[in-house]
Amino acid sequence: MASSGLELLWVSAPQLAQGIGRTLGISLLAIVFSSVGGFIYGVLRNLGVRWIDGVLRVYLELFRAIPVLVWLYLFFFGLPIFIGWSIPGFWCAVLVLSLWGASETGEVVRGALRSIPGGQREAGLAIGLRQLQLYGRVLLPQALRRMTPPLINVFTRLIKTSSLAVLIGVVDVIKIGQQIIERTYESVLIYGFLFVFFFLACYPLSAASRVLERRWNHS
Amino acid sequence: MTLKSALVLPLLALGLLVGSAVAHAEGSLDKIKARDKLIVGVFSDKPPFGFVNEQGDYVGFDTDLGRRFARDLLGDEKKIEFVVVEPASRIPFLQSDKVDLILANMTVTPERAQVVDFTHPNLRVAVQALVPDSSPVKTLDDLASKTVIVTTGTTADIWLTRNHPDWKLLKFEKNSESLQALANGRGDAYAQDNLVLFSWAKQNPGYRVLAQKLGDEAPIAPAVKKGNIELRDWVNTELASLGQQKYLLTLYNQYVRDQLAADTDPSAVIVEGGAWKP
Repeated sequence: MASSGLELLWVSAPQLAQGIGRTLGISLLAIVFSSVGGFIYGVLRNLGVRWIDGVLRVYLELFRAIPVLVWLYLFFFGLPIFIGWSIPGFWCAVLVLSLWGASETGEVVRGALRSIPGGQREAGLAIGLRQLQLYGRVLLPQALRRMTPPLINVFTRLIKTSSLAVLIGVVDVIKIGQQIIERTYESVLIYGFLFVFFFLACYPLSAASRVLERRWNHS
Repeated sequence: MTLKSALVLPLLALGLLVGSAVAHAEGSLDKIKARDKLIVGVFSDKPPFGFVNEQGDYVGFDTDLGRRFARDLLGDEKKIEFVVVEPASRIPFLQSDKVDLILANMTVTPERAQVVDFTHPNLRVAVQALVPDSSPVKTLDDLASKTVIVTTGTTADIWLTRNHPDWKLLKFEKNSESLQALANGRGDAYAQDNLVLFSWAKQNPGYRVLAQKLGDEAPIAPAVKKGNIELRDWVNTELASLGQQKYLLTLYNQYVRDQLAADTDPSAVIVEGGAWKP
């Protein structure tokens, strides 16, 4: 049993590797775009300009209220029907997860910036820093420490949510697993493999966050 | 986000221009020929119809039929792109022009026929129920007070929800999960397309399929986008000509025969030439 199980994993390795590639590809791209978008969102919300605040709040509420799955359907199936834009499944998943991730990341960044005492901003301005310098050298470095744990949480959720992409035809690692299960009925083995894979994909993020926190606490 | 839309928008606009130019210039068959590739939505986890073999190739009764279509339309069975679909995503894939054709074991129902166009059938199916040998259940009526397992979005799910709204249903996403649930005793019976049940019962002693059918026997057919008469008619002609060569029987022998009891009549499962009406 054990040897036939290992044999199945070995035979299926190329397929599983393809699925892992897609899952990690979507997740990592979405994490990068979410981070960039989220930082921009957080800083813009912190500026206190009324109309920017209004626009970003509409964006936030839309992505908070409407499930990611619905967004995926809307972008993948809706855009070709309504305006004739056809985005390939992989990039559609990256786009939707990035927009969703950026709204989540953005709120974390905004919250962390708000938690920095007002004296820091005033002190920065008092020594003649411009806005960009104020954020780059004073506010964001301090906020980064506070936002790291919740950010890691958002990133691991992005990795796990990427599996929804199967509904728009992207064969991710979970779908590959299901293909093997439906052929062989080896569900325990395959789900065991997926368990290990997702743990290995998410755990390094947690570990990195702990190392960073420890280092910052010492300095 | 601004950066991303700056990158994505021009690409999308380009796609729009290219896409609309092609769509206006030609009919659907010409479009496929100009692309030199048939795009077909198939299942990747539903043996024997559409699944992935050990080598990672898409194979199965439906999938190989698609290859045959590509060969007869474009001259090469490799001129085909398979898109993996789920039961619930089959119709949107057609409506949004993401695929030319769905070959994913789709049962013809009046509701579906309103939103897509079905070709003539290639298979026939009835919904039945699988129970453990030891179960006291003898007829369908006995199920009224039991828990019936169904796979979400299947014909069995839709039929039971409509005709027996008071029955207790337990729904799972995948066929393998539903079978596992029945084996674990989470429900008393599993209602599904009978071919799936016969195949399971043959490989796993200790189960029997109730003789009584849930609803009428129904056709399974390829589907095209609503209004794509050109492709629909081509498939119908193709099915008729494949019928003369008994091509579906070849596929049946390759994928289905050893899944079923030895005395099964192939014509109870396949529809050669597209000529069958319930």
